[in-house]
Amino acid sequence: MTAVLEPQASAPRPELTAAELTAVRADFPLLARTVRGGRPLVYLDSGATSQKPDVVLDAEQDFYTQRNAAVHRGAHQLAEEATEAYEQARVEVAALVGAQAEEIVWVPNATAGINLVAYAFSNATAGRGGQAARRFVLAPGDEIVVTEAEHHANLVPWQELCARTGATLRWIGVHDDGRLRTEDLATVVTERTKVLAFTHASNVTGAVTDVAAFVRRAREVGALTVLDACQSVPHLPVDLAALGVDLAAFSGHKMLGPTGVGALYGRREVLEAMPPVTTGGSMVEVVTMETTTYAPPPQRFEAGSQMVAQAVGMGAAARYLRELGMEAVAAHETRIAGLLLEAVTRVPGVRVLGPLDTRDRLAAVSFVVDGVHAHDVGQVLDDAGVAVRVGHHCAQPLHRRLGVAASARASAAVYTTDQEVEAFAEALGAVRPFFGLTDGGAA
Amino acid sequence: MSSMEQLYQQLILDHAKSPHGKGLTEGHAAESFQVNPTCGDEVRLRVHLTEAADPAQIDRVSWEGQGCSISQASISVMSELVDGVPVTEAEVLGETFRALMRARGEGLEEEAEDRLGDATAFTGVARYPARIKCALLGWAALRDALAQSGALDLPGQESSPAPAQPVPAASGGTDPATPQEDHA
Repeated sequence: MTAVLEPQASAPRPELTAAELTAVRADFPLLARTVRGGRPLVYLDSGATSQKPDVVLDAEQDFYTQRNAAVHRGAHQLAEEATEAYEQARVEVAALVGAQAEEIVWVPNATAGINLVAYAFSNATAGRGGQAARRFVLAPGDEIVVTEAEHHANLVPWQELCARTGATLRWIGVHDDGRLRTEDLATVVTERTKVLAFTHASNVTGAVTDVAAFVRRAREVGALTVLDACQSVPHLPVDLAALGVDLAAFSGHKMLGPTGVGALYGRREVLEAMPPVTTGGSMVEVVTMETTTYAPPPQRFEAGSQMVAQAVGMGAAARYLRELGMEAVAAHETRIAGLLLEAVTRVPGVRVLGPLDTRDRLAAVSFVVDGVHAHDVGQVLDDAGVAVRVGHHCAQPLHRRLGVAASARASAAVYTTDQEVEAFAEALGAVRPFFGLTDGGAA
Repeated sequence: MSSMEQLYQQLILDHAKSPHGKGLTEGHAAESFQVNPTCGDEVRLRVHLTEAADPAQIDRVSWEGQGCSISQASISVMSELVDGVPVTEAEVLGETFRALMRARGEGLEEEAEDRLGDATAFTGVARYPARIKCALLGWAALRDALAQSGALDLPGQESSPAPAQPVPAASGGTDPATPQEDHA
């Protein structure tokens, strides 16, 4: 059936060479376009969504032109080939993150993956899944712990789960520089904690979490861990098995893959114990008019027709990243992170939300410009062809904690160049003068 | 003029810096709290009606808010425009401004633009779809507050809240009573 991929063969490289980076950029057709009256595009919004290489577009095109058929049903050749492509993509994604293929569930995106887990807890609490699912049963007095740095996708589903079950939500705070208060794990995570859900890397501050410390504490108290890996998988070598988390979610579209597909990782025994959430076709064993038995994971969680072409595209993205080598990707982006930090901190009146050094940090740099709202900052940058994210980046509590309503964020990916950072820096330097602020201080 | 200069006209920058009507005052007929969920911009706007006026007339609006220069300037210009204006006329102004925002930067016919006065400075905003809701934030709050006050009847307006609702957020969905949202 499906082959297990060998671990990445090439030795870790320090970072991409200039020639490799040029080759990488040539793989992304969109990066060649111009915006706003002919300006070269400087795309620094990869934290929101990444651009897609030809191999991903071709994989989807190839699926539809050569292999399209319903998967996991039908005995004709196309059905076989479609199923093979679909399952091979699962192998590719699993290989990127140190998982077994059976531990990867296709979901529409990371948000859907986290919600799937939260509703599995609800279903277990309602008695579904029997004894095997007792780890997922919640009651008043139980606690779910998140962090103050979470994207809303890893916060709101837990608030809702608490509301449905009577469990209590608690959280780990953040330091002024955006790093998590890991030292509070011992007091916030207790015997009452049933779930510890946290981000691998903040989409706002870029700070990378000390996952080992979180997993260690969760294990001490028997809590399940849920990792938001959206920002880590596209940018860092990630080995979910080695990290030891129970569940993790990440989106295809942020890791050079298509929209509409993501992955939920679950350790085999965790997925096996988890009751289904969405029910219907494709996820069953025996159905009678009275009752139904369910397929083993991952199919148990993949009811109905799936986003097959997108899954195939996400598999191609995973392969593309593995072939580049995640060590090289991370090294390149760490250097870009340094350049971005340098660029932002040398502009008068600009403050970074997040760590100022590149240690355990992604190339996602959020900042506020004194006297100029983030929306207006983004508009001036856009006029120079520079695309950044503005707003609260789906992390309102973190912004509130850091004392701002909104920020602008420049976020890189493997294809980001030094020249782009320079263009960004130049445009950023023009923001305060455009609004008549030149004193370098608060307006 | 570059499109950036058209977007950020001096009038807009001036209003953003020294906004009209800013600072909540008492004696209002109704209040509306609106947020732009994509960027977190927010406004709390109170409508003060002229006593015993028939037809109903806006005495003034008072507001508190935070946001980009477009949203803040738009609330400010709107506050100036509707001071002392009959409620029905304020609704016509709102409709005209919404039409301006749909005009893709082309502007409106002369008569409509005359009615809008300084608010025509926002013509360039309509070229940037992501910014249109910034410019509309205050107008949404005004309409909601007028509807709540009972002074503006909005029959058949599917997008508007029922006038009977007590101080709801029409699009924001955030509880206006939550204390941490007060930035005043």
